[in-house]
Amino acid sequence: MGKPVHSILSKNFIADNDRTDWHDETLWMVRKKRDYASSQIPEWETLRQWASQIKAHTLSNLDHYLTVFEKNANANGIQVHWAANAAEHNEIIYGIIKQTGISSMVKSKSMLTEECHLNEYLQDKGLQVTDTDLGEWIIQLRKEHPSHIVLPAIHLKKKDVSDTFHQHIQTEKNNNDPKYLTTAARHHLRNIFIKSKLAITGVNFAIAETGGIVICTNEGNADMGVHGAAVHIACMGIEKIIPETLHLSIFLRLLARSATGQAITTYSSHFTSPRKGQQMHIVIVDNGRTRLLGNNNFRNSLKCIRCAACFNTCPVYRKTGGHSYHSIVAGPIGSILNPNTDIKANADLPFACTLCGSCSNVCPVKIDIHNQLWIWRQQISKEGYAGKTKSLSMKVMAYILSHPNVYRFSGNVFRMTLKYFPFIVKNKLNPWYRQREMPEAPKKSFRQWYIQKQKSEFKKQHIKKDS
Amino acid sequence: MNSRSNILKKIAENKPASESLPVLRFDDTIHYADKQAQFIKALQNVVAEVLEFYGYAAINTLYKNLQAAGKKIVNTIPEIDDVNNQLPSLSAENLAGVEIAFIKGLVAVAENGAVWVTEEQMQNRLLPFICEHLYLVIERENIVDTMHQAYQKIDTAASGFGVFIAGPSKTADIEQSLVIGAHGPKKTTIIIIN
Ligand code: SF4
Repeated sequence: MGKPVHSILSKNFIADNDRTDWHDETLWMVRKKRDYASSQIPEWETLRQWASQIKAHTLSNLDHYLTVFEKNANANGIQVHWAANAAEHNEIIYGIIKQTGISSMVKSKSMLTEECHLNEYLQDKGLQVTDTDLGEWIIQLRKEHPSHIVLPAIHLKKKDVSDTFHQHIQTEKNNNDPKYLTTAARHHLRNIFIKSKLAITGVNFAIAETGGIVICTNEGNADMGVHGAAVHIACMGIEKIIPETLHLSIFLRLLARSATGQAITTYSSHFTSPRKGQQMHIVIVDNGRTRLLGNNNFRNSLKCIRCAACFNTCPVYRKTGGHSYHSIVAGPIGSILNPNTDIKANADLPFACTLCGSCSNVCPVKIDIHNQLWIWRQQISKEGYAGKTKSLSMKVMAYILSHPNVYRFSGNVFRMTLKYFPFIVKNKLNPWYRQREMPEAPKKSFRQWYIQKQKSEFKKQHIKKDS
Repeated sequence: MNSRSNILKKIAENKPASESLPVLRFDDTIHYADKQAQFIKALQNVVAEVLEFYGYAAINTLYKNLQAAGKKIVNTIPEIDDVNNQLPSLSAENLAGVEIAFIKGLVAVAENGAVWVTEEQMQNRLLPFICEHLYLVIERENIVDTMHQAYQKIDTAASGFGVFIAGPSKTADIEQSLVIGAHGPKKTTIIIIN
């Protein structure tokens, strides 16, 4: 096995029991905050339905809305660029930077630029890029990748951050106080913000009606970067478009509640035109998304608003950590998106899943995540990419279960088994695995029965957990 | 330009049959019996300080006291004091030492504590982010239930930049411990004018 697979990588992660437990419990806490926040809104399910339908409508008219967006953005004085893939995205950005002659820049969180490996590309060109979201900056200093799309440094403990800061910005050794460390980062990055003349950001929503974009942060780092800069470059996937401003009200009500349980992020910044004297560019990127759009089975994954609720609720993600997914976007949604870009390299990901369906239950835009993972498994097996990954996945699940230390905090292995791997309780040998080795078996009815079963098991144990 | 037409062509080929937009019934969404009380509750959740004043005279007194204490203040509200007309062109270096900023909000959202501010009110886009302590002034009549009513009241395209601000900047990126004062203000005070 030369290529890293989820099952092997997760063994590394769970080797540290305390850390694994902490990761698991912390994300479960975030998931519970999401439950509380959504329960405060009587129309929550209606909002999810609206959001899902708005996204479906937009995807079915995507060429129209993108051209309307471009026209309006141009009229606002924004320059719009189109990139077919990651390489072109990076070249366009480099081209813009080169023209300005600026050599150091700040960047706020953008999963798209991670997907395109923009930092590495620009650094190879001799440019200096500083990630300014605290979590992103920490992992940038450590030369790591985000392990979570909303909480990029969730795999680290404060001691790790303290060591990293001590090494790079000379904070006191062993001062692990988050407030002290955050303040040190604030001071250090503020100097960089003030000097920096170019800012790169992501985009949460692009509004066709106005030609403007919306960026949501809690830290204020996107705004600190952009408003001081002479040049703003914003990068977005084609799926970030929504038709009207009024639709923002639905997505902003859902996004932060689903992500962290906050009613809204501290800042929801609406950029409609550049500041007087400022240059503003938007790079619209395909990078495999149009292919996904053409696929009936996986098209819905383009509705994703990157809230990470599916990560926080996923028993496999919580237990194995984001880096086990060997991809920029980890978690359940990553396991749908990554095989689309490279089926061979990511054939293992749809198997890192118990099909419990919890992801689909929390998704604010109602993506049928677990169904799509199930379909990927079938496709991967059919195309002959499954190889050893299925059996390895199963082995690692068994390994996790066979290490009672992992469940030390519960003192009740059986109950925790229910929490994490409900299927094992009812089926000593994994049924979906076995079942698909026998093509003549009645797939459909079994599958329906199985998913149904998982759902009810899941509900039961969650009611227990929350009560 | 090639990628543009290629992407649009691929979309046209690959997109599914048109799906319709949902009918949005915002009247059926949550309404609070006491919007102001809910707004204050939401502000407490986002760790914002709340002051309730009757009219601008009280804000004036507060402002004068802060000035007398030697604070570096930038005011953007004509009802409080003169507004420096150089403000829009000040750079990050110029604004770096600002301790306090007073900015007027146009709409306040009861469900989440957010206040809508546009470029016209803030005068300089950097101001609400670079100051250490932000005072947002909001008139009680402008508190609405949810984001739906907020967006019905505002016109985002009317200014080049606008932002909903809910409390001081914050982060929980180190072990999920909440720290107030990430890159933006360390403190936010909402003054409601009754
Ligand atoms: S798939 Fe749904 S739950 Fe997961 S990140 Fe995307 S929007 Fe959030």
